[in-house]
Amino acid sequence: MAKMILEGNQALAVGAKLCRPKVIASYPITPSTHIPEMLSEFVANGELDADFINVESEHSAISACIGAQATGVRTFTATASQGLALMHEILYVASGMRLPIVMGVANRSLSAPINIWCDHSDTMAERDSGWMQFYSENNQEALDLVIQAYRIAEDERVLLPAMVTIDAYTLTHTFEPVDVPSQKEVDEFLPPYKPVYAILDPERPITQGSFGTPEYFMEFKYSQQKAMERAKEVIDEVFREFEEKFGRKYGKIEPYRTEGADVILVTLGSMSGTGKEVVDQLREEGAKVGLIKVTVFRPFPAEELREAVRRAKVVAVIDRDISLGFSGAVFANVSASLINEEKRPLLANFIVGLGGRDVRPEDFREIVDKSFRILEAGRVEKPVEWINVSGEVP
Amino acid sequence: MKEEKQLLAPGHRMCAGCGVALSARLCLEAAGEKTIVVVPTGCMEVTTSQYPETAWRVPFIHVAFENAAAAASGVDAALKMMGKREGVNIVAMGGDGGTFDIGLQALSGMFERGHRVTYVCNDNEAYMNTGIQRSSATPYAAWTTTSPPGKKSIGEFREKKPIGYIAAAHGIPYVATATIAYFADYQKKVKKALSADGPAFIHVLTPCPVGWRFPPDRTVEVSRLAVQTGVFPLWEVRDGDIENLRITVKPPERKPVEEYLAVQGRFSHLFKPEKQQDVIDRIQKMVDEKCERYGI
Amino acid sequence: MGAIIDEPGSSVRYKTGSWRVQRPVINSEKCTKCFICAKYCPDGAINPTKDGPVVDYDYCKGCGICANECPMKAIEMVPEVK
Repeated sequence: MAKMILEGNQALAVGAKLCRPKVIASYPITPSTHIPEMLSEFVANGELDADFINVESEHSAISACIGAQATGVRTFTATASQGLALMHEILYVASGMRLPIVMGVANRSLSAPINIWCDHSDTMAERDSGWMQFYSENNQEALDLVIQAYRIAEDERVLLPAMVTIDAYTLTHTFEPVDVPSQKEVDEFLPPYKPVYAILDPERPITQGSFGTPEYFMEFKYSQQKAMERAKEVIDEVFREFEEKFGRKYGKIEPYRTEGADVILVTLGSMSGTGKEVVDQLREEGAKVGLIKVTVFRPFPAEELREAVRRAKVVAVIDRDISLGFSGAVFANVSASLINEEKRPLLANFIVGLGGRDVRPEDFREIVDKSFRILEAGRVEKPVEWINVSGEVP
Repeated sequence: MKEEKQLLAPGHRMCAGCGVALSARLCLEAAGEKTIVVVPTGCMEVTTSQYPETAWRVPFIHVAFENAAAAASGVDAALKMMGKREGVNIVAMGGDGGTFDIGLQALSGMFERGHRVTYVCNDNEAYMNTGIQRSSATPYAAWTTTSPPGKKSIGEFREKKPIGYIAAAHGIPYVATATIAYFADYQKKVKKALSADGPAFIHVLTPCPVGWRFPPDRTVEVSRLAVQTGVFPLWEVRDGDIENLRITVKPPERKPVEEYLAVQGRFSHLFKPEKQQDVIDRIQKMVDEKCERYGI
Repeated sequence: MGAIIDEPGSSVRYKTGSWRVQRPVINSEKCTKCFICAKYCPDGAINPTKDGPVVDYDYCKGCGICANECPMKAIEMVPEVK
């Protein structure tokens, strides 16, 4: 273990390097470009024994990863925003072919207008693609989650691809001290990749990427869903083992000061840090407020979430994304998780921080104030509310 | 003659008389069993890999429509890293849509990066899998469902994209054209392509009875006529040296292009209700100019 | 798993011979065993044997390329009758 000062992109790249991918195919896009830069440097100076493919698009990046992973090696790619959107079609192919590819994503808004700053619209748009999604709160988590994502993705009970995300700039370009495990430690935790089914070998010719008619198609989707369900257990196992080995604890969700909380905030990614600080201040002021950080968004940890909010009176879901025409994506999932509960908290959705607008402590305070007003009123008048936005729009 | 196991097994659902089916068979026969096949979405993919049965007796992968070359690049990289690259061929087989149009970017990337992949384009000159829509491989004056002739149209009004030249312009080791009628020439080119130290491209004309509107027993004959009329010259180029393009099959005497057009329903509007001699002459002139350059 | 098919060549279970409306019949007296017919068969449904080409009617789709290409005109396409 060594302490290093790394920006989020570097933490992801170092994490990926420690996992020894054999093929990396990646295309530059702001703000994730430092990831392929650093990895290509590792390959160039001999620190990483891998083939780095300078693809001509993100579409080809993920396609080359599929070709390589289907041949029988561990792969890695990284992207953001428009790049992830360009991959969209192929993300479904990767998961449908059950290839445990791991990808780093710098969370950035989607055009238009074009904008290079943070929100979660890009990965939320891929929530149905059959990829597991891990959201990092800080750079340490980014590094740790990449290593764990490989273990989970490659588990025979899972065999699904995974994306590990970091918020644009707040993490990608911000330096933090990170504990970097040694290669030996990671090797002990993550064994070399052994493909189970997907191998392109003339000695054992198989057909991958077949044509599925209506008689068979649904069963393949059902099997992906089952794998997602099984992944929940595997994630817990791997998180536990990681904690034993490296001393850092992860959960699909991370409840923060939720004991006796009347109002619970739900957050993802780096804004969770700001949220926790505001919770601390408010607790000092006597407000019964807590926070739940969602680390794993796919598979969605509905069971843990239900348990964690059981005694809350108001759950305020803070989305850094918007499914235009309805609500934030996290809110839709949290609400659906609670729908069959006999006694459930009031649910409110707050849209924040799109396109890199800061999510400030005062925004959290405003959300908490509104949540307590909901608590007093006993009902939610405005289920989806935008925070720190000018109402004067055409 | 030895009875050999077909590497593309029968029972596949390609149409009766399909030129692509024959091309794939001939290609694999030349490449041999130590071959990994990468295929984009298209006729061949849906008809040969319908779960739970596959016609392929070699390793096969299909990913999507526009990315066969990218997926093949990944296969190449992985084999290299596994220490299994030697003695294994990688052959990508795409249609004209997946090669000339939607897959061109990935193809160019694969060429430029120098992956040792032989890319075979089975060109049937339109989107046949979706029902005969025009592609940039559709030749001048051909009918398709999206280039229909009419009062204001003679059918496709643009010339076919010179895909072989585009490939050669990348300076890759080997580029050739071929067609199924001249199987010996084709199979020799497959072997040359596979022995090249880098990317290779073979543009194979594969007539489609359904889309070109001719009886299925004429597929090979139409392919032969394309060469004999000079519509589709057979050539090869090494290292992008287009100045030294070599004609591999020289028709003894060029037949009039009309013979090629007249057997195909997709050109029938050039013959009835009235013969459009001016259009036929224009096509003849286009072919003459090209053939003069090649000395055919 | 992942719609992988691990039985190479299993398409042989699907008998495309039922598509046929006419069948090739080889006149062994005219046949010179050049096997051009086998070479040009898109379906690999003509087996070259030492006794000459043998059509596999389980798979022959009846396209007629063999008959059209036979240099000796030794193959005749005959309508299928039920």
